[in-house]
Amino acid sequence: MVPFVRSGNPVLSVLDKGRWRAPEIAFWAFTVAVFFLFPDHLMLGAQVLITGLFALSLDLLVGYTGLVSLGHAAFFGVGAYAAGLLAQAGWGEPFSGLALAAAAAAVVGYASSHLIVRVHGIAMLMITMGVTILLHELANRLSWITGGDDGLQGVTMAPVLGLFGFDLFGRTAYLYALGVVFAMFCLARGLVNSPFGLSLRGIRENGRRMPAIGSPMRSRIRTVYTMSAALAGVAGALLAQTTEFVSLEVLSFQRSAEVLIILILGGTGRLYGALIGAAVFMVGRDLLASANPQYWFFWLGLMLVLVVMFARGGILGGLENLLRFVQRRRNAR
Amino acid sequence: MSTAALATEGLFMNFGSLAVTRNVSFRLPVSARHALIGPNGAGKTTFINLLTGVYKPSAGRVLLGGADVTATAADQRVKRGLSRTFQINTLFPDLTPLEAVTLAVCERRGLGGAWHFGLKRCRAQVEEAYTLLERLGLGSDATRRTRELAYGRQRLVEIALALAAEPRVLLLDEPAAGVPARESAELFEVISALPGDIAILFIEHDMDLVFRFAERITVLVAGEVLCEGTPDEIGEDQRVRDVYLGSGGHA
Repeated sequence: MVPFVRSGNPVLSVLDKGRWRAPEIAFWAFTVAVFFLFPDHLMLGAQVLITGLFALSLDLLVGYTGLVSLGHAAFFGVGAYAAGLLAQAGWGEPFSGLALAAAAAAVVGYASSHLIVRVHGIAMLMITMGVTILLHELANRLSWITGGDDGLQGVTMAPVLGLFGFDLFGRTAYLYALGVVFAMFCLARGLVNSPFGLSLRGIRENGRRMPAIGSPMRSRIRTVYTMSAALAGVAGALLAQTTEFVSLEVLSFQRSAEVLIILILGGTGRLYGALIGAAVFMVGRDLLASANPQYWFFWLGLMLVLVVMFARGGILGGLENLLRFVQRRRNAR
Repeated sequence: MSTAALATEGLFMNFGSLAVTRNVSFRLPVSARHALIGPNGAGKTTFINLLTGVYKPSAGRVLLGGADVTATAADQRVKRGLSRTFQINTLFPDLTPLEAVTLAVCERRGLGGAWHFGLKRCRAQVEEAYTLLERLGLGSDATRRTRELAYGRQRLVEIALALAAEPRVLLLDEPAAGVPARESAELFEVISALPGDIAILFIEHDMDLVFRFAERITVLVAGEVLCEGTPDEIGEDQRVRDVYLGSGGHA
């Protein structure tokens, strides 16, 4: 969190919150540099970006609105199947696939949001999980459409903008994913810095107070849930398009749990926590799994426990605390 | 009789077989400074919750400016000018008072759901919020996190949030609860300095404050109105002495 202004115009402490800062620009410059620095790992890079977007969509719910979910894969999966099926049907233009995926996931998100506004805590975990299990089973049963256990075959993408075909090295995949993820990030960033975003933080901080200041809380939750679902749907579509394949796993419980772990690892309520968490998680898995495949989960578990115990607010929160600590020491001297 | 700012007619509230509000008919005129007193468990907070729409009454009506709002949702009643504070701080701990009041101002102006533009385009709302905080003496605390503020300051943020809705009726549920005696008098000075056209109903246990600031007093006992009158009348009333003030009465 940005340190609070103690001098100067206090009004600016609210007005200036949405300004782009240097570390942010450096972050995005780095994502572009990755394309040149790691040409052999662009497929992994694309996966990191996609997972980051997925975690970002969850951050709107968990980090900003204070909701919980163990079923966010529902929207990721619906998006993946929507984009995959569209391409399989012969319409391989990628952006229309993203739009369809966002719309399909938004519809499912809006429908389930009516259940979400009625419950809290554990009940919310169960409902989000239940919806995802339902969809997973549905996709399994409708194997004549989805391919069931074998996955959705025959997804062929047309070149991006009619120019850049998807290649084996993931060059197009990476840049395409980066462009889309950046655009979606800007959307989410604008959202959390808007009056609507402030009201989401109000819901997170105290749901009981919201009606007392005239805020229709349920309608706000329905809106953010739908938006979050749409973003998750775009992430799912990106995976389907860049890998030209959709497996049942996109709707799995594991994917729901993993994205929550990634978000908590990186730090909730910061947007960047989602992206950093995805990078640490997936690059870490890649490195550790290639060194010793069996022990990856051991290290993941250890990392999770350490971060939650010692770095409240995840990796980013921990870094911020460290920075503040160093600053205080320097000021004290 | 002119239209009351807020009124109830035959209000009942049952929790299961327990009747916590019984046949309460009550009138709060425009510009009133009205206290609601009664022993613990008399149903005072329940009454506030019925007025604001947290609870739906088992029977009876709530009228706001003459209009029936019994079935109106809590947030809509706020939009119609009915605002409240809470006995126990019900604030936004991690927001600054400025952010919290800006949020309330945005909600009042119908901007709370606006996501297509940033807060940087809401200078008028933020400035209005800051002006309100300054008026309550919270200017220097405006950009600190709410949970870092002293308790008495947080009680003021309670009032600031309620005022941001520009109420015509303000319900204060023990505004000075938990605040040291000296500060609670200051708090009531702030309250009595509020614009005269706001009708105020407050619950308070400190009888000195009640008799100093209320123009009229309603005594609630076991969910029922025992009596209503001016401070003098209530001070003289033998029934009130018996059930509430004790034999000594108000000094």
